[in-house]
Amino acid sequence: MKNQILTLILVLAASVVNAAPDGAALFHQHCAVCHGDDGKGGVGVPLSLTSFINSVSDEYLRTTIRLGRPGRIMPAFPALSDAQVNALVEHMRGWSDAPTVTHNTEPVKGDAKRGEQLFAKYCEQCHGENGKGGTGTGVTFSRKRELPIIAPALNNSGFLAAATDTMIKDTLIYGREGTPMTSSLVTGLSETDIDDLVSYIRSFEAQPHDSAEDEVMPAVIVAESPYTVEETIENLKAAITDQNFTLIRTDYVEHGFVEEGKENKKQVVLHFCNFNFLFQALAIDPRVGVFLPCRVTVTEQDGKVQVATINPMLLSGLFNNDELKEACREMTGIYEAIIEDAVL
Amino acid sequence: MMARLVVLIALLVSSLSVVANPFAAVFASNLIMARSHEKFPEAMLTLQSSIKEHGYTVARVQRIDIGLTGMGFKTDKYRVVFVGKKDEIQYLTKKYPELTPYMPPKVSIFAEDEDTVAVTVNPAVYKDMIDDEEDRRIFDRWENDVYSVFKDFSEAAEN
Repeated sequence: MKNQILTLILVLAASVVNAAPDGAALFHQHCAVCHGDDGKGGVGVPLSLTSFINSVSDEYLRTTIRLGRPGRIMPAFPALSDAQVNALVEHMRGWSDAPTVTHNTEPVKGDAKRGEQLFAKYCEQCHGENGKGGTGTGVTFSRKRELPIIAPALNNSGFLAAATDTMIKDTLIYGREGTPMTSSLVTGLSETDIDDLVSYIRSFEAQPHDSAEDEVMPAVIVAESPYTVEETIENLKAAITDQNFTLIRTDYVEHGFVEEGKENKKQVVLHFCNFNFLFQALAIDPRVGVFLPCRVTVTEQDGKVQVATINPMLLSGLFNNDELKEACREMTGIYEAIIEDAVL
Repeated sequence: MMARLVVLIALLVSSLSVVANPFAAVFASNLIMARSHEKFPEAMLTLQSSIKEHGYTVARVQRIDIGLTGMGFKTDKYRVVFVGKKDEIQYLTKKYPELTPYMPPKVSIFAEDEDTVAVTVNPAVYKDMIDDEEDRRIFDRWENDVYSVFKDFSEAAEN
């Protein structure tokens, strides 16, 4: 009897261990929220775009899943097993009947200095200075859907680890149909020019990557106010207007949780917005709404009045989006100015 | 010996089941996101219903999309939902005033073509702002509840 139970349990355990991961389920679980279940894109880029999926190797996809794109929204998935990553790749292969390409790992030898000049002339307009990539995210509502893919950040450590020189060279030679990326041969470049460009792109590896995750930030911007709650609120209203923001409303932290009129009047929230700034932030990353509209809180506890806001500089790290840095830095300055004006 | 072996195997099977759970390990990052194949109005209803079923209050729904299409965006369906439990919000903001700018937590929800996407900050992020282990468990529970609510949200169109 004991032996039978043991055998049964071992068979059960073995069946669980040996069960092949379901690529479609894994894709739905980990990828679809950004890339869409059909891979047509969203916050993430459109992976099922024929000219993309047909021109990248399994290894490129595997490494991309493993490392992500630091500072470019796509997270890393280090916890997935090899079998799960392979299942994801196999699922993505189902979007095309074309044979899977392979790219060798032989380096392409070219003149990186000359490639830099060619890059500035032919590539920088879309891929940005130093290959930092296009602006915005995927194909979500923040940009027109006629643009099927955003120019990738070629200087990204995740991209450089995933893409071999020959893959980059092939992309330059053949372009990506259905995207603004045209064949460099059609543009008039020679194979030597292309090799020089590949060498320049590979040289980005030598530059330190400025990732959003590298910085540790305090969670809040906070200051003590020498004024009463009411006086501080009035000061804040004036300071918000001075910074060209519009006050939307003033309410309490407990708003919506307790009966109207019975909120704790010592916990006040001022909501305000600058619509141009809001649109700019949403265009960079549509997910930033979780920190919108702008808010500043005034609290009184133990006789002390405190003014506080979130620290926007924390955001770019939370969102794995280096592009948010500049907007967040600007917003941090605005929050600091508003608070300083109100408590001086 | 036999009992130990059974326990060991049971633990192994149990741990593998967690990995196989479609939502148990999803989005282990600072943001938790979910996609629904419901259109925006239905998805919004599903989200709010699930939030309430999990014992939370929807304190406010804020439009932040006024004029979006006029600025060249592809949708004007973007809302922020303020969510929490009265007692916990009161307790946390009183004990940890520095948490107040983040309270109540928010879920942003926006239309993306025919789908709807919901995003929130992983409550685990707030744990770093406090040091009391007991209080940190509040955020562990919130995190579990977010996953559960987002599971309802993402699976609603299939039901």
